[in-house]
Amino acid sequence: MAVDTAIGKAETTTRAVLAPPRRPSLRVRWRRDRTLLLIALPGLAALLVFHYLPLLGNVIAFKDYQPYLGITESPWVGLTNFRAIFTGDPAFLNAVLNTLVISMLQVLFVFPVPIGLALLLNSMASERLKRVVQSVLYLPHFLSWVIVVAIFQFMLGNTGLVNTFLHAHGGGGFDLIGNPGLFKELVTSQVIWKDTGWGTILFLAALSRVDPALYEVAQMDGASRMRQLWHVTLPGIKSVIVLVLILRLGDVLSVGFEQILLQQNAVGPHASEVLDTYIYNNAVVAGGWGVSAAVGLIKGLIGVALVLGANKIAHIFGERGVYQG
Amino acid sequence: MSIGISRGRRPVGAGLAVALAPLRAVKGLVLTLCCLVVVVPLLAVVSTSLADPRQVNEAGGFVLWPRHPSLAAYRAVFAGGVVTHAILVSVAITLVGTVLSLASTALLAYGLSRPGSLGSRPILMVLLFSVLFSPGIIPMYLVVKQLGLLNSYWSLILPVLINGFNVIVMREFFLGLPQELLDAARIDGAGELSILFRVVLPLSKAILAVVGLFYAVAYWNSFFSALLYLADTVKWPLQLVLRTYVVNNAAIGVDASALAGAPAPPQQSLQMAILVISLVPILLLYPLLQRHFAKGILLGAVKG
Repeated sequence: MAVDTAIGKAETTTRAVLAPPRRPSLRVRWRRDRTLLLIALPGLAALLVFHYLPLLGNVIAFKDYQPYLGITESPWVGLTNFRAIFTGDPAFLNAVLNTLVISMLQVLFVFPVPIGLALLLNSMASERLKRVVQSVLYLPHFLSWVIVVAIFQFMLGNTGLVNTFLHAHGGGGFDLIGNPGLFKELVTSQVIWKDTGWGTILFLAALSRVDPALYEVAQMDGASRMRQLWHVTLPGIKSVIVLVLILRLGDVLSVGFEQILLQQNAVGPHASEVLDTYIYNNAVVAGGWGVSAAVGLIKGLIGVALVLGANKIAHIFGERGVYQG
Repeated sequence: MSIGISRGRRPVGAGLAVALAPLRAVKGLVLTLCCLVVVVPLLAVVSTSLADPRQVNEAGGFVLWPRHPSLAAYRAVFAGGVVTHAILVSVAITLVGTVLSLASTALLAYGLSRPGSLGSRPILMVLLFSVLFSPGIIPMYLVVKQLGLLNSYWSLILPVLINGFNVIVMREFFLGLPQELLDAARIDGAGELSILFRVVLPLSKAILAVVGLFYAVAYWNSFFSALLYLADTVKWPLQLVLRTYVVNNAAIGVDASALAGAPAPPQQSLQMAILVISLVPILLLYPLLQRHFAKGILLGAVKG
């Protein structure tokens, strides 16, 4: 794994300086390192209990879970819960379809915007002005989804600021919020509003590492601004672009859970149900715990495979993988 | 931001500058528009919360600039009690959560920062895999339930106590500290704990600030864990109250005695006042966040 090799590298270089060549016995190491182990314990315990213990909870995917019976008492039902997945339950298929469509919309429309913005910021001559612009554009990343959704409602809703303005000035106005037909576009535009500025950080860092001498050479050769962009800048940040894209694709089954959950009431499940909201609504709201656990389990397995696969591919492209995700 | 960006890229020769003027204008326009798209909605939120009822009615709901700013909406919201209680809950969760998260993250990161120490490799693997997958909503709910944490405020803190990415970032920082200092302290007979508290942590204020801020923002902004784990709506934190009144548009009742005879502020002003209240801590932290966050997010990427 990418992170592992990076840590391994740091370790070997430090070890060469610090430790004697022969590894001391286990007892000596225990006496030496027990304080370190002890202080790592609270964090480690939290990780084990809330990241690894839940894996056991997946057994209810094979049970007819009843909250009042508990996990152990609920009866086994074999693969019944997985039937929804393999027989193509319409609600489940709808959730899969919505998830994939929203994911693709985000790759197509959300992904390129920060690259363009980063290029734009990078070409600003005034450092101070650039910093001001950055401060403004990073801010929405820190707002909660509740706030972002609220802001969109009152700016773009039917009685919101923009529509009121348009009506008052003889314009037609538009119907965006609470319109099932435009829900996916709305969700995509919210992500653009919230995270475009933040998304520029990695690209700006990559841009700052492009060798300035390359631009000088290109200028001497008479390359125009566009040609410099095409032949110097873009090749310089290509690897980061590929990396971010691959990692995004590895996350294709998870789209804005909190964001979508907040806005489902107005548009209904047909337009808005995605896998994560399906799992939540079907279990906690409708009581279908077993089926939701089964869907969650399959989604989790595919998700891990995709992330590991994406990381592997990123690795082949000569990058360091999850580290930058 | 600590990372300089277009160092060494100079504007091209003077002759070209004239030809480039329209391009510069377009760039300026685009960037100005981007900034306005962020600033105008926030300005309108604050203005509407401060505007007087007449102006809100005339404008049809929302105003861009208040003519006679007043704090009536805030007084009404605070008099109601629901919001005040939710603020207390959110502030307490954020403070306690951040302190606990930061402490356990720093301890875990330091415990893993001695290359070759006993058990550090398997624990690192445990940590890294926790970054790669999330356990899923249903199994997580079951664990919280089995531990008897449902409807307890601890359910908002313990499940998200450790963020693996933050531990990795902090460990990288600890590894980057001059090891000679630590060795010197060790030769002087200092134990691991006193090295941590007297040498390492005083040198790590920047990273502690970054990670602490990330945790604080996450605690303040989270609403789903409260929705999932707290059945008792009285216990709800501010984000969920915001969802009820602003996103779902539930009517906000106003206690008439709090108004002292003045007309009740319009719903929009009350909604925007709640929104502003939930924004304030983020805006207060923002200058700090700004100074550190890019450093934090790039630390993992640039190093090694």
